Amino acid sequence: MNTDIYKEGQVVHSPTFIDGHSVDIPILKVLKQDGSVYEGAQLPELEKEHAQKVYRSFVFHRVLDERMIAAQRQGRISFYMTALGEEATTVGGAAALADQDMIMAQYREQGCLIYRGFSLEDFMNQMFSNEKDLGKGRQMPIHYGSNELNYMTISSPLGTQIPQAAGYAYGQKLQGKDAITMCYFGEGAASEGDFHAGLNMAAVHKAPVIFFCRNNGYAISTPSDEQYVGNGIASRGVGYGIKTLRIDGNDILAVMNAVQTARKYALEQSEPVIIEAMSYRLGAHSTSDDPSGYRTKEEEAKWEEHDPVSRYKAWLLTQNWWDEEQDKALYEQYREQVLAAVKVAEKIAKPPVEDLVTDVYDEVPTHLQKQLDELKEHINKYPDAYPFTAGRF
Amino acid sequence: MAQMNLLQAINNALDIAMAEDDSTLCFGEDVGHFGGVFRATSGLQEKYGKARCFNTPLVEQGIMGFANGLAAQGSRPIAEIQFADYIFPAFDQIVNETAKFRYRSGNQFDVGRLTIRTPYGGGIAGGLYHSQSPEAYFAHTPGLKVVVPRNPYQAKGLLLASIRDDNPVIFFEPKRLYRASIGEVPEDDYQLPIGKAEVVTQGNDISLLAWGAQMEMIEKAAEMAAADGISCEIIDLRSILPWDVETIANSVMKTGRLLISHEAPLTSGFAGEIAATIQNECFLHLESPIARVCGADTPYPLSLEREHMADHLKIYEAIKRSVNY
Repeated sequence: MNTDIYKEGQVVHSPTFIDGHSVDIPILKVLKQDGSVYEGAQLPELEKEHAQKVYRSFVFHRVLDERMIAAQRQGRISFYMTALGEEATTVGGAAALADQDMIMAQYREQGCLIYRGFSLEDFMNQMFSNEKDLGKGRQMPIHYGSNELNYMTISSPLGTQIPQAAGYAYGQKLQGKDAITMCYFGEGAASEGDFHAGLNMAAVHKAPVIFFCRNNGYAISTPSDEQYVGNGIASRGVGYGIKTLRIDGNDILAVMNAVQTARKYALEQSEPVIIEAMSYRLGAHSTSDDPSGYRTKEEEAKWEEHDPVSRYKAWLLTQNWWDEEQDKALYEQYREQVLAAVKVAEKIAKPPVEDLVTDVYDEVPTHLQKQLDELKEHINKYPDAYPFTAGRF
Repeated sequence: MAQMNLLQAINNALDIAMAEDDSTLCFGEDVGHFGGVFRATSGLQEKYGKARCFNTPLVEQGIMGFANGLAAQGSRPIAEIQFADYIFPAFDQIVNETAKFRYRSGNQFDVGRLTIRTPYGGGIAGGLYHSQSPEAYFAHTPGLKVVVPRNPYQAKGLLLASIRDDNPVIFFEPKRLYRASIGEVPEDDYQLPIGKAEVVTQGNDISLLAWGAQMEMIEKAAEMAAADGISCEIIDLRSILPWDVETIANSVMKTGRLLISHEAPLTSGFAGEIAATIQNECFLHLESPIARVCGADTPYPLSLEREHMADHLKIYEAIKRSVNY
C-alpha cells in the first residue's frame, strides 16, 4: 500500500488551498513561423529524405482535404472531415513513431495514415463505401482502419479508444513487443469518462502508451473555455501521476521531438506519457457544420498565420531540402491523382448483400443466415428498390 | 470427478484457461490477491503472477475499455464486473465497441477473445443493485454472445467454451447458487456448446423454459405439477444469444404449450422474444397462449423480494392455467 501521501509534504494548521492553476506547464516550441529555429532549441532526429517524406504527406493531406470537401459539396460522398491546421500533430506523430506502433485515433488523424502509406485507392474506397473498402462499406466516410498499417479502425463514439489504448499497450508490454500504442483524441473527448478511465488504468498498470491530445480550441461549436476551467488537458496528467508535456501543435519539429522522446520513455520505462498539442481547428468541424455561427473570421485569420505546413516548408527551404518549383509540381501531381481516383472509386460497385450479415460474428449464425435468405427473396421480388444488390446473387 | 460448488467450478475453469494460454488474463475489482469478493479468482494471482491476474481501479468503463484493447491486441482477457448491476457504466464500451469491433472494421480487427464474467440475479436480499438480471439489454445487441449456466458442471463447461470462443461472450453467473449449487464436475478439460439449449427432463403436457438460477424454480414447480398428473418438459436455454430456436420449437410442437420464466422484469424481458418467435414457428401446434412468469415491472426491491420474484408457486399456477386453458 502506498502511504507516502499521508506521511510527506508540508503541514498546515488552517485550511490552505492549492490554487487550481498552480501547475505551470511550459510549452515546447522549436520552429518559428518564418522557418528559423528558436535559439538553443533541440531538433528531432530527421534526415533529408525523411523530412521530404513528411512534407509530401503534408501536401497530400491538404490536397485530399480540399478535393474531398468539394466532392462532398457536389454530393459525391455523404460526409467529410478535414484536419486543416492540425496536420502537424498527426503527420509529425506518425513520423516519430515506429511502424509497428499501434495508432488508435479519434477521426481527425488521417495524416497518420497518409504518412504510413495508406493508398489513395484505400482512402477513396472507404469514403465511397464501395466493395473494395477494407471496412466493407459499413462505416461513415473517414472512419478508416488498416490492420497492415497498425491503424485501429476509427469509431464514432468519443473517447472509447482511450482505455482501449491502455489495454492494447499493456498487452504489447506483456508479450514483450518492441512497440507502443499512440492514442489520439481531442480536448472535447477528454471530458468523457473514458478519458479518466483510460489514463488512470494506464498509469496504475504501467502501460506503454502515449496519450496525444489535439487541443484545437473547439469541440464542434463549444469553445474550450466551456469545456474545462483547469490548465488545459496536460495538467490532468500530473494528477494521474503521468509524465506530461505540452507542445505547440502547429510546430511539426516540436511534435516530432516530443513524440520521439515520449516513445523512448514509454518503451524503456514502460509507463504512459501524455502530450497536449495546442493548435486550432481551421476548418469546419465537419461538412455538416458551419463555424460562422460561433466564431469570427478575424479569429480564424489570426490562426492562419500559424499555419503548420507553410512553417515547415519555410524550414525545408532554409535547409535547401526543398524548392518552390518542386512544391508547385507536387501540388499539381496530387490534385490530378486525387481527381482521377475519385472518378474510379465512385464507379466501383457497393458491397454484396452478404456483407450485411458477415463479421457480426466470426461465422454467420443460423438466425442471421435465415434473415439473409429472406432478404434475398425479397430483393428478387422488388429489384428496382435495391439497385446496389439486385441481380448480384 | 470431484464435488464442486459453482464458484469452485468457475475457479477451476479459469485455472485451466490460464494454464493453457500465457496471454489469458483475469482482472477486475478485487480480483487479484484477494481472489474476488466471491472468491472466483482465488489463488490465480499466486499461481500466474500479478501481471496476469490483477486488481483494476474501480471503474467499469475502464475495465471494459482495457479489456477491449487487450483482446484487439491478441491477448485473451477475462474481465470481471463485480455485480451485473454495475455493468451499465461499461454499457457503451460493450454495446458500441465490443459488439461492433469486427463488423465495423470489415474483420480487420476483432475482440473475439474477450470474456466478461459477472454475477447476476436476486433472491439474496441484495436490493436494487445486487439483484439485477440484465441479460435482455445485451440480447438486443448483435455481435455479443450471452451465456448463463445453471450448475457447477454447466458453469465450467460453458465458461471454458466462452473463453475459447472467437466472439465476445458475456457470462452471467447465478450468484444465489455460487455456494448453494454443488455437484459432480470432471477435473479434466471439457466444453459445453454455446447456442444450444438442454432438455433436462422429458415431458408431454407443457414445455417449461428458463435459464440460470431460475431453473430451480421451474423444476420445483414441475414437481408440484407432476403431483397433479401434469407432465412437464424442462428446458435450460443456457445461451440467450444466439438462442436455440430449434430445440424449443421441437419441444413445443410435441407438448403444445410453453411457459417461459425469468428473474428479470416482464416487459421487454427475453421471454418476450422467445414467445414471439415460438408463436411464429409453432402457431398451429399451440393449444394455449404462451405464458411468461417473470419479475414484476419494478426495480428489484429489498423487503418485498418474495413478492417481486417469479417463484415456483407463481409458475405452478401458470402451468395449471395453461393446461386448463
